[in-house]
Amino acid sequence: MSLRLVLRGREPRWLAPVLVIVAVVIVFLLTAGPIRGAGANPQAAYQRYVLTPLTGTASVTEVVLAAIPILFTGLAVAVAFRSGYWNIGAEGQFLAGAIGATVVGLYLRDLPGPVAIPLALLAGAAAGVVWSLLPALLRVRFGIDEVVTTLLLNPVALLLVQGLLNGPWRGSNGFPVSDELGPGYRMPAVIPGSRVHWGVVIAAVLAIAIWIVMSRSATGLRLRAVGLSPAAARFSGIAVRRTLLRSALVSGAIAGLGGADQVLGVGHKLSQEVSSSYGYTGIVVATLGALTAGGVVLVALLLGDITVGAQNASLVLQLPPQMGEIVSSLLMLAVVSVLVLRRYKISWRRVAARSPGAAPSPGGSR
Amino acid sequence: MSEPPAPGSSAPSAVSNGGTGSAPVPLVRLRGIEKSFGDLRVSDGVDLDLMPGEVHALLGENGAGKTTLMRILYGLTSPDGGTIEIDGAPAAIGSPADAIAAVIGMVTQHFSLVGRMTVTENLLLSRAGLGRLDRRAGRAMVADAADRLGVRVDPDATVEKLSVGEQQRVEILKALARDCRVLILDEPTAVLVPQDVEVLFDSIRRLTGQGMGVLFISHKLGEVSRISHRVSVLRRGRIIDTVPTAGASPAQLAEMMVGRPTVGVRRADRAAPQDAGPLAAVTDADAEQAAGLVDQRAAGQPSVAAQPGAVTGAAGPGRAGAVLSIRGLRLGGRGKDVLAGIDLTVQAGEIVGLAGVSGNGQTELVQVLCGLERPTSGTVAVNGVDVTGADPERVIAAGLGRITEDRHACVVGKLSVAQNLVLEDLPRFRRGLLLDRKAIRAHAERLIEQFSIKAKPDDPIGTLSGGNMQKVLLARTLARDPVALVASQPTRGLDVGATEFVHTELLARRAAGAGVLLVSEDLEELLALADRIVVIYEGALVGEMPADEADPERLGLLMAGQIGAAA
Amino acid sequence: MTIGYLALLTAMLTTATPLVLGALGEVITERAGILNLGIEGTMYAGAFAGFLGAELLGSAWWGLLAAVVVGVLAGLLVGLLTVTLGVNQHVAGIGTTLLLIAACDFSSRLRYGGGRLPQIPKFEQLFADVPVASQYLLTYLSFLIVVPAVWYLLRSTGFGLRLRAVGENPEAADAAGISVARTRYAALAIGGALMAVGGAFLSLAMLGSFTLNITNGRGWVCIALVIFARWRVLPAVLGGLLFAVVDALQLQLVVTPQFAAVPREVMIALPYLVVILALALSGRNLRYPGAYLQPYRRT
Repeated sequence: MSLRLVLRGREPRWLAPVLVIVAVVIVFLLTAGPIRGAGANPQAAYQRYVLTPLTGTASVTEVVLAAIPILFTGLAVAVAFRSGYWNIGAEGQFLAGAIGATVVGLYLRDLPGPVAIPLALLAGAAAGVVWSLLPALLRVRFGIDEVVTTLLLNPVALLLVQGLLNGPWRGSNGFPVSDELGPGYRMPAVIPGSRVHWGVVIAAVLAIAIWIVMSRSATGLRLRAVGLSPAAARFSGIAVRRTLLRSALVSGAIAGLGGADQVLGVGHKLSQEVSSSYGYTGIVVATLGALTAGGVVLVALLLGDITVGAQNASLVLQLPPQMGEIVSSLLMLAVVSVLVLRRYKISWRRVAARSPGAAPSPGGSR
Repeated sequence: MSEPPAPGSSAPSAVSNGGTGSAPVPLVRLRGIEKSFGDLRVSDGVDLDLMPGEVHALLGENGAGKTTLMRILYGLTSPDGGTIEIDGAPAAIGSPADAIAAVIGMVTQHFSLVGRMTVTENLLLSRAGLGRLDRRAGRAMVADAADRLGVRVDPDATVEKLSVGEQQRVEILKALARDCRVLILDEPTAVLVPQDVEVLFDSIRRLTGQGMGVLFISHKLGEVSRISHRVSVLRRGRIIDTVPTAGASPAQLAEMMVGRPTVGVRRADRAAPQDAGPLAAVTDADAEQAAGLVDQRAAGQPSVAAQPGAVTGAAGPGRAGAVLSIRGLRLGGRGKDVLAGIDLTVQAGEIVGLAGVSGNGQTELVQVLCGLERPTSGTVAVNGVDVTGADPERVIAAGLGRITEDRHACVVGKLSVAQNLVLEDLPRFRRGLLLDRKAIRAHAERLIEQFSIKAKPDDPIGTLSGGNMQKVLLARTLARDPVALVASQPTRGLDVGATEFVHTELLARRAAGAGVLLVSEDLEELLALADRIVVIYEGALVGEMPADEADPERLGLLMAGQIGAAA
Repeated sequence: MTIGYLALLTAMLTTATPLVLGALGEVITERAGILNLGIEGTMYAGAFAGFLGAELLGSAWWGLLAAVVVGVLAGLLVGLLTVTLGVNQHVAGIGTTLLLIAACDFSSRLRYGGGRLPQIPKFEQLFADVPVASQYLLTYLSFLIVVPAVWYLLRSTGFGLRLRAVGENPEAADAAGISVARTRYAALAIGGALMAVGGAFLSLAMLGSFTLNITNGRGWVCIALVIFARWRVLPAVLGGLLFAVVDALQLQLVVTPQFAAVPREVMIALPYLVVILALALSGRNLRYPGAYLQPYRRT
């Protein structure tokens, strides 16, 4: 007896959404045990995770704030993955972007807002491009797998941040946190008085732009073709390597932009904790969002929702906030696993030659 | 053990009978084997048997189903129906381990050797347990098997450093080391130089002399005649016949392999496009196919009878001169050159048919022409523009239309029909910064109508049937009005209606002055469409003739390597 | 400039132990054709399981056992995702790492609140006052037993032969009657166990407790080391020692006047940069195991 996955002929339309729901149910079931073990009711917990943060403007604010950085990294990763470039280095590119913005913010302190902010954002994007350049070139020129090269630059970026903060950028209070950036480098709030800063608008505009490019432009079509079938793309005259390079650099730019935005919008200074794994979470966001701009926006909000909810649950239900991360990573694994079934069906097959009426005998004859 | 019978000279029952006079038990008997991949039926009720001490050749083109059949016997694929008997008893072969246990060994065209390991390690692979590797015993095993084969092999040589012939010998050693009594050789001489072929044949004779049964898969008549006792011809998943090799003439075999025109359908003739009307005298079965219900290759593509007295036709008005020039094209490969110096010119307004059994270099030639592969030497020019080694972008720009045999490598399955239709030509559909979706859609609708594609512009192209996908490719290529066209197996897997459509279009192009290089394994198709036919064998062009002087037997012989054989 | 060479050597061997174990675990899985990006999570889970086992059951050995079990399970999870389901290996690995880290932090928070975690019965060093030789038993075992064992396993056993074949040419292995799936699962299980033990070393030996971020990216260092070592055992060990020595060196150098100016971060970053450089210089001729990253399906 063996369990096999066999290619199926056609994929019914209803299958994908149904499978996603199945994945969600699986996650619920898998986490119910640990949640109970922690002394909380799973239903109450999920209610807190998903629904509660949406009640009340203060927490909706927090949800949006939490969603912004992973919106940037999610978009960055989605663009790269869509073209078949496995950018695992969004974390490092995000940090590079934060560094870039800080450079401008510390050394060009006195620029006024309207000049300072775009400059800092630009610096962040540029830093992201620089950080993604080497792995991209290695891949396009020499065919060197970008997964490892992008991955390895993540800890290097963090070390760079730490080195700067322990050295030349050490705060005047002696701690490894930079001084505040110049006053022009504060991202204004969208709604006066709230903490939601203009970064959300930038992210939204970026998402729309990406959506338009991907779905409506020649560049986007080419990029998608390269990701879906490099052979067919090549056959059709598309410059595959150039497309990959561009996609990699754009991805770095977006992640870097996110890092810059984070510094400008929250904290207004550089610290070692500027990223809480946003780059890695971006992979989750992109994957769950099916690599589309719209999907990324929704999932980023969802994960922001869960993050805030998890904080809430930890206060109220004594449920450790890390359950939120468990849910998100488990959801990603469950969804991709379950979606595999779209292309295959599971079949129990007796390992035997097919013949009507013949009894299958294992092992054959000698 | 009696001396091995001279191949081709004695019936199998005289072989290693033990003299008891009773009917010998076949080593292997396949009965009624069926296998489909999705909608494509690859094996259609195959009966085959192999006697001890016999070399049984399986003759046929690629795509006829030989390799699938052997994979079934070796457990790499499971049949959908039918039985396998080993030594007269039913056997269940669900994996290579089962096949090995049933004493079957297989040597494929793509060696299943681990290049970075040594010969000994490769042999130990299927015999070693989990514990300590006994390399000394392994070396002894290598020496032993090499002895049986009559060759010398260095047990500690790294496999990837060996020559192709030597690697093949290692493959055979692997089978021998497992005490196989049935040896399947799948196109073994495809990559061998002549000297290595001789060594192989000697080894085969030695092995059959020891009682082994050999299944020899090939499309090369000369070799089959030399080495086999019996030959079975496979075409489109069915065994056409099994005959003793001695009694079969090469002409007979060639004819069986490539197929005579079958009775039933008279299709559109080679006249100018406006006369290319639909069929007369269709059978019921053909009517079903025409309704598009069935898209199975095995249901039989209608054979095309060359109309007696068909007009070869003068070249269409307009362009004259060579639209496609290939000079001295060479492509190196493992062992021997894949393309061994091809010189070919296609004039405007003509269709040149390239005949040949799959695996003789056609695929690679088309890859080079399409810009997907760089030749080792030689030149290619499209309409006077040198495109040797150019990227597809430049080849397309020079005006070459391309239809390759692997549709799935030419279209992006998840993108829509409309998107695929414009993929080669995006700049044309820009409006400002973005794509002009209305124009793209209109373009798609126009082509869908013009080419009778059964699909909507937004359907993902991967959901289309083979025939419709081919039409999309055709539409995409032809919509640019190419001056030269390379079409490789353009009607493979298509039903009657789609096949006709393609043929009509190709003729239309020709009349409009384009030059077409038509590469096809279907001789009827070539005979019906081409102005002249060239044959490719082992990477070189071996024969050329005007189409109206060609006949299937002669072509079949050329295709099977019998150069200069009498028709 | 005085560098305490003996102290350096001592520290090097200790620091290298988790790296060597993790790298060997990754070598085993990658040689079988699977890139296991779950290594960071597995090491983390091993550290936590070791800590928890020791705390609950009263002895570091129990903790070690717990780590082994967790490592095997983590490997099997990656196997389920990549071998049976054919999920993209990058996604499967990163997802597993994120999941495992979150699960451990969750459990830790649940049990201990947010404060500092208790000390646990830990391993002690043998030969405590002898320079260089004062290492943990685990270190001795790792270098003297595990390294040769893995080397022997890959090179001289039937299992190792199968594993390498599966990673180089799964079609050939399949044709030889080897179960590609089972071999890969086994490789992942063994590799996972080694990785987890490497992680457990951090909590059971070096730290004597558990903190968040205890692995601090060591799993990614192991990935780098494996490529740097071209998937061979001895160079991987050397790479681990090299990384450890640089790490130990910068602790010393930071207090010497000449090197005070060089940020320690540069030193720590060096190994990563060296690996990337190595990849850039020779990566295009890098002979990845033939079936690297490709799931295997027999149609």
